[in-house]
Order: sequence, then C-alpha cells, then structure tokens
Amino acid sequence: MEKFKTLTTTAVPLPIENIDTDQIIPARFLKATSKLGFGENLFRDWRYNSDSSVNKDFVLNDTTFGGQILVAGDNFGCGSSREHAAWALADYGFKVIVSSYFADIFKGNALNNGLVPIQVSPEVLKNMLTHIQNDPSAELIVNLEEQYIALKDTDIKESFEIDAYKKMCLINGYDDIDFLVSNKDKIEAFEASRTI
Amino acid sequence: MGKTLFDKVWDQHVVHQVDNGPQILYIDKHLIHEVTSPQAFDELEQRNIPLFRKDQIVATADHNVPTKDQHLPIQDLLSKKQVEMLSKNCQKHNVTLYGLGHPYQGIVHVIAPELGITQPGMTMVCGDSHTSTHGAFGTIAFGIGTSQVAQVFASQCLLMSKPKSMRISVNGKLKKGVLPKDVILYIIAQLGTNSGTGYFVEYAGDVFENMSMEGRMTVCNMSIEMGARGGMIAPDETTYAYVKGREFAPKGEEFDKKVAYWKTLPTDPDASFDKEYNFDASEIEPMVTYGTNPGMGMKITDSIPEKNDVSFEKSLDYMGLKKGEKLLGKPINYVFIGSCTNSRIEDFRIAANYIKGKQKAANVNALIVPGSQQVAKQIKDEGIQEAFEAAGFEIRQSGCSACLGMNEDKIPAGEYCVSTSNRNFEGRQGQGARTILASPLVAVATAIAGKIVDVSQEKEELELV
Ligand code: SF4
Repeated sequence: MEKFKTLTTTAVPLPIENIDTDQIIPARFLKATSKLGFGENLFRDWRYNSDSSVNKDFVLNDTTFGGQILVAGDNFGCGSSREHAAWALADYGFKVIVSSYFADIFKGNALNNGLVPIQVSPEVLKNMLTHIQNDPSAELIVNLEEQYIALKDTDIKESFEIDAYKKMCLINGYDDIDFLVSNKDKIEAFEASRTI
Repeated sequence: MGKTLFDKVWDQHVVHQVDNGPQILYIDKHLIHEVTSPQAFDELEQRNIPLFRKDQIVATADHNVPTKDQHLPIQDLLSKKQVEMLSKNCQKHNVTLYGLGHPYQGIVHVIAPELGITQPGMTMVCGDSHTSTHGAFGTIAFGIGTSQVAQVFASQCLLMSKPKSMRISVNGKLKKGVLPKDVILYIIAQLGTNSGTGYFVEYAGDVFENMSMEGRMTVCNMSIEMGARGGMIAPDETTYAYVKGREFAPKGEEFDKKVAYWKTLPTDPDASFDKEYNFDASEIEPMVTYGTNPGMGMKITDSIPEKNDVSFEKSLDYMGLKKGEKLLGKPINYVFIGSCTNSRIEDFRIAANYIKGKQKAANVNALIVPGSQQVAKQIKDEGIQEAFEAAGFEIRQSGCSACLGMNEDKIPAGEYCVSTSNRNFEGRQGQGARTILASPLVAVATAIAGKIVDVSQEKEELELV
C-alpha cells in the first residue's frame, strides 16, 4: 500500500446523501477478476446517459472541478460490501473522501486500499461544499499525522478521528495481512485452547 | 454487570488485543462466492501466502449465474469467466465448492443455514453485506470487503474494533398479513438507513421469539440496510430444532453438548446496550418502499411524505413518483420473488397458498426464484411449482437473479418492480429499473392483481396464509 502523510489539492463536490456502492460502481461492472480499471466506470450511471453519451450535468464531467479529494453528502458508501467501490474511487485518482458520515464496511474497505475517509461535522461539510462550489480552485489540506483537514486561506478547519492502528498503517504503507500473518503463533495457540 | 448475546460470542473469539488498536477476532466459518473472491485469491498468490484453514471455507456460485438452463454453458463471457475462476481457485486450494449443478448450490445466505453450516455462537463472514442473515441463529455474522477475504484466507482472523450494541425490541401481536419482511421494513423506515452504523443489533421481544427461523433470517438479513454490520437473535428451542439433523450440524452427544452451550448465550437480564428502541407490533402494517433507499418505506395504505430535500426529490424523480402520491392501486408490470431475503420455502408456501384458484394478471412478468437447489426441490415435492404453473407463473433455477443487475435477470428501464429483495437503490435491478420493496405476500398479490393491493383487507385469503 502507498504511504499517506499529507495532501493538498482541489476537490470535487458531490452534495448527494446516501450515495450507495451500487452508484459508485454498478453491479454489472463487478465481473472483473482483477482490481484494475474500475475507475473507468466510477459513478457510471450518473456520468453517462442511458445512450452512453456523457452527462454534462454530472460533476465529474465538469472540467471546472478536479482534484484528488471527493467531498460528498451524508452517509457515503452505504449498501453492498463490494470493495470494487473503493478500488473505483482510488483508480479514478481520489485519495481522500470527505463526508459527514461513512458506512462501516466502506470505511474499512477504503482504508485497506490507502483511500482515506474523513468524517467532518455536518456544518463543516456544508461550508466546505459551498466554498468549493463557489470557488473550484479552493484547495483542501489534509494532514494525517496531525489529524486535521482545512480549507486553505479560510478559517474552515476541523480535526478528525482515525483509529491509531489504521493511522500507523497508512503512514507506513502497511496492511492488515502482514500483521495478521505475523501473529500466526497466537492464532494457533487460540485454536488449541478452545473447548467449545 | 451482565453480558449481551453479542458480548458473549465476541469475547469467545478474541485472539489478541492490539495495544491502542483493534482486536484480532477469530472467524469460525468463511463463505465465499464468485464476485468478491478472485482478487483475494490473487492477493495470496502474489504474496505467496497459503490458505490457513481451508476446511473452514465453503464456496458457491450465486450472483452471476443464469436462472434458466443452468446445465448449459453461461452465455455472458465475463460471468462465465468469473464462475470458472471460482472453480479453478477452489480446486487449486482444495476448498469445498457447491458450484452450478451441485444439489447444494444456491445463494450463499440460503445454503449455509439449510446445510447446518450456520450454528449459534459462531463467528461467520463472507464478502457480501447480507452475511448479517446468519445472525438469526445467534451468530456474529457480517459482510467484509475483498481485502478482508484475503485476510481471513491468510489467518482465519480479522482485525476488528468491537462495535457498539443496540437492542431493538418489538412486542405485541402482529396483524394478519404482516410478515417478518414488513417488520424489518417498518423498523428501517422508523430509524433510517444510517441509524445502525457502528452498531451490532440484537432483535428482542415476543415478536421475534414467536418467529420461525426463516422469518428471523429475513429480519437479520436487512440489518445492513440500516447501516448495522449485523443483527442477532438469541438462540432458543426454535433455533435448536431448526439446526438439528441438518447435514453439517453436530450430531448425537456432540449436539447436546452444543445445545447446553447455546443455552448460555442469551443476553443477561442486567446487561446494558448503548442504544435501545422499542416498537409495538400492532402498529406495523404491510409495507412498501417508494424511494431509492430501504429507509424510504411506508405503510401500503399511506401517501408518500412531503419533504423538501434535494436528495429526497432526486430519489422520487428517479422513481417517477410524486410527494403525496399513493402507491395503492398503482399498475405494476414486474414482480420478483427471490433473493437471500425471501427465497426460502416458507416464502413460497405463503405465496402458493395465496394464489390458489387465481391467475396471474396478464400485464405482469413475474420471476419466481428459489434461493437454492434444495428449496427448488422442496417446491417441486410440495406441489408448489405446480400451483404456480397453474396460475401462469414460471419458476426459475436458484441464484441471486434480479436482486442485482449482474446476471441476465434484469428489470427494464422505467419499469416498476415489486420485489422481495432488500435494496431499492437506483439501477439495482437493472439500469433505470424502479424497485418497490415488499413482502412475498404483497409481491404475489401484486402479481395476481396487476397492481398494488392492500393484502390486509383480504380477510379470506389471509385465513389461508
Ligand atoms: S440475493 Fe441479492 S442481496 Fe442476497 S447475496 Fe445475492 S445479490 Fe446479494
């Protein structure tokens, strides 16, 4: 996994609530057997009209907006456990997702792929969205070590929570498999000790 | 202080507490399917890590499979490749696979309980969010992502922080025509789709105590639709009787020993929960959803609420519905009875009883899809297939089918489908498809009437179900 410490970039606003993983990557694109290339179909049915023409009204098709941070409405990533959603977002080029709420499974999947979900208060989310929509060149600063997110040249700044272990993994580019496999002796001892 | 059911099962499975971090949680059973496993097998191979406990894994093919002519090669080449990849991976790593054509094949959350793989007090995972279904047995069961599938392959463990606990109690007597599906749709409509995030739910109260195992599975299945990782119901005599005698259930003395242990699992009277909700069973009526998340549900006789909110309006726009509109009487051209929520034998028995002497409406295309080969066999043996066929329905072969637009069974754009599945997301049943979630009884009544009808008014029919 890639290491993550800080990031300063413009952001893409997507102020829709309850964006589920079926929207992030529709089921018909889950037939691949590798992790690559899902970015192409990220938000497929919002990005393209039913006749496959580009939907100009959708923010990813609006060239005024760009950057490696997606700022989305409340309860992002609900629904299916498909990790393909995290792969699609990462493959498209996002490194951070900001929302006022994340679904559990999505959050875990994102973290396992070096994609950082940052939960901010509903007020800060609203302010950020308004700001970015008014000024697409506005930059967000994410500092993982100090656990804050801020909108450059404004007083919008908030600290965020992250599990200490996950933070260590992101900063060092470690993942859970390495850690679990290194604990094999404990796992075997546990198995041997079970009576039920 | 006492412990909850969840605490008891969780604590039994903690291998190690990481300083300042998560716990290493041991997983008893790992279910896999074709969609979320290939990248995990790949990951292991790339890192040169062997499967740690292959005997604790069971595989099946369900999401991508056709529900017609399953003996023929799969037409869609990508689906075919994914299903073949599963067979190849299982063969290579010596994992038990109930693939297409096997008498045990079916939707992963239908086959594990019916084979007795799911048992009280276990921890179970699957790369699928509806793994919550197995919580009906007093099992900690939850969906995981593909990276975690690889972790369980490599170590039979996961790194997890213990979730918070919530208890949802429903007491009283359910009205006639109100099924377990209505109970859970009602709860989600009341609490909202993210009310459960960060929590594990226990369903308690006499409504669940009196419910069959299959009903309990329907309820636990949809826990994820309120954001909860999983839901559980305390094991009791109903549970033991269901598990007993099944293929992989413990036998003889071993079974008695297990039952003695399972009896210790229910929540202690003095245990406390982080959150509690109470509902009155008599308030619940047959439910339908009108929007694009399962929390947008209402009583079948209600009107769509007036709410000024961009996301709400976007959702109604997709559904082609208006604020204040009623769904009762709305003509419907598609009905789907299937999915891991409602594709077990009881669901089809209810539907079959209702259709006796009736005919399917000519405008309705109905997909009736058993959740497993075993359910399909039961349907035949009990004469249910015949009853359906006499009423003009066609019964398909087992799989996820129109629950998700991934295999050949899709609902066309712009069409409404009354569906017994669990998600009404945009495009879930096919691009542009409009899903109305409901119980199998509402679904079958819709297929007969060709429009949405209030089953609770049909007194005579209800005597039969
Ligand atoms: S039936 Fe639907 S919800 Fe259940 S496992 Fe299959 S696709 Fe998922």
